[in-house]
Amino acid sequence: MAPWNPRTEEMPLDDLRRLQFKLLKSLVYRLYSFNDFYRRRMKEQQVHPDDIRALEDVAKLPFMYKSDLRDGYPDRIFSAEQNELVRYHVSSGTTGKPTVVGYTERDIENWSESLARAFSSCGLGRGDVMQVSYGYGLFTGGLGAHYGAERVGATVLPTSVGNTERQIELMQDLRVTAIACTPSYLLHIGEVAEKMGVSIKNDTDLRMGFLGAEPWSEQMRGRIEDWLGIRAYDIYGTSELSGPMFTECAEQQGIHIWGDLALVEIVDPATGEVLEAGEQGELTITMLQKEALPMVRYRIGDLTAVEEGTCACGRTHPRIGRIRGRVDDMLIVRGINVFPSQVEHALLEIPQVGRHFQIVVDRKGALDSMLVRVEVSEEAFSDKITDLMVIKKAVEHRLRSSLNVSVDVELVEPGTLPRFEGKSKKVVDRRSL
Amino acid sequence: MEKSYIVKQISIFSENRPGRLAAIAGALRDAGINILAFSIAEADGFGVVRALVDRPEDAYRTLTDLGFRVSFTDVIGVKMRDEPGGLSDIASILGDAGINIEYAYAYSGKDAAVLILRVDQVEDAVRQILARGGELLKASLSR
Repeated sequence: MAPWNPRTEEMPLDDLRRLQFKLLKSLVYRLYSFNDFYRRRMKEQQVHPDDIRALEDVAKLPFMYKSDLRDGYPDRIFSAEQNELVRYHVSSGTTGKPTVVGYTERDIENWSESLARAFSSCGLGRGDVMQVSYGYGLFTGGLGAHYGAERVGATVLPTSVGNTERQIELMQDLRVTAIACTPSYLLHIGEVAEKMGVSIKNDTDLRMGFLGAEPWSEQMRGRIEDWLGIRAYDIYGTSELSGPMFTECAEQQGIHIWGDLALVEIVDPATGEVLEAGEQGELTITMLQKEALPMVRYRIGDLTAVEEGTCACGRTHPRIGRIRGRVDDMLIVRGINVFPSQVEHALLEIPQVGRHFQIVVDRKGALDSMLVRVEVSEEAFSDKITDLMVIKKAVEHRLRSSLNVSVDVELVEPGTLPRFEGKSKKVVDRRSL
Repeated sequence: MEKSYIVKQISIFSENRPGRLAAIAGALRDAGINILAFSIAEADGFGVVRALVDRPEDAYRTLTDLGFRVSFTDVIGVKMRDEPGGLSDIASILGDAGINIEYAYAYSGKDAAVLILRVDQVEDAVRQILARGGELLKASLSR
């Protein structure tokens, strides 16, 4: 698909790296001069802006964490005065105090530009109708996708989350061609549509989805694409970066991170050491042009790897692979690191059980126990207990071999595992530590 | 011929926790469906409720609409004398015919006692039982 901004998107890698260095250097000087919080951090780490002599010197700079935003609540680490801001967003604060992010006019402009490049790399443009089923309001998803889609000339239908039957009616009546929402909400839409007697594949014009705000997998993509008859693209971002910012292109070979806006590093979650391209680690991003709330070496907590090299689509900017999980979602069960995404991957390879699951971790005596609850699929249900026990054992075996920890599987009735309309909560940890 | 003796049992997946049988039975009551016989097989945390009902198709639709996982299973009902030795007579016929039972349950009704059987080769079993003088429940009785 044709680039939105060809000069930038197809810039030779050497030129891109020179541009990144220039932007980094001016960012660091600006912060050292005007941002009390980050100057203090740099002094603690005994690094001065003059120490940044090459792009690789970014590794000398101190990290930033989510806790820095919480501690600086609401706006103590901002680099702009309130009268320069055009918007706030506020994170939900499900894992602690809420965090506030602010935007100057230029921050909103760059956010929209980033998504305009992303959406057009998948072929979204004038003539499309984009249903934005991310939440509008304090959450960045709704307004972010909204501005990006308007920028490329698409017609936006701002449905936000909820009232799913109405969303499906509008999708049909207004001939929606694209949707932005969480993958679990799109599955929910598909299920509700079927109950209404509507096939998304045959009875709507929907042809693409921008799915994110929670981890999902290649197998899940395959199911969504086959079932709903659409192309499903991964979209990525967090409120600290601005919001949803980056997507895959039509090649579906990783998420393009626009290098003039964001500098990507992958670091070892334990040591903070920078890892090579291709190695899995914690995604760390420096926002090179953000004005209101600068983020330098921000440890996002998502696990992925970076891929360098020009994409088949011709864009030169680095790409990140699928998010493999959260550093802080990681469960430690009997000393073994377990990510819910691993369970999801394993289950998608077992047709006898459904795609929804719940993990329950408990402690019996001194020993951790891990239970995975799954729904028996319609095709696999048998009136014979022995057949069902075979399924249960097969799922236990499959999970054990991919997680390296023994797992009990519980077969539950269909529709009883929670379907969430937002970020999925798939883990119940009952251990009192 | 054999087909007229093959009875449609409904089998329902159920979690092993209080209230699940009540939910199933309540749904059938509300739909005006009569349960002729039933059994519960239990395993680790779940079970399968098996039932013969007067309107299997309606029962299937009612329970499926409520979100239950339901399937039909072909079973046969062998009539027994409702007096000492009744089960023994039938069990001998099955044994002599080399019929292996996957599972079985029984009820004692107005006319006779009936042994409900899930077997491997259901049509073959029908032939064998009839050839050895056994009497089978007609599928039409459960309509």
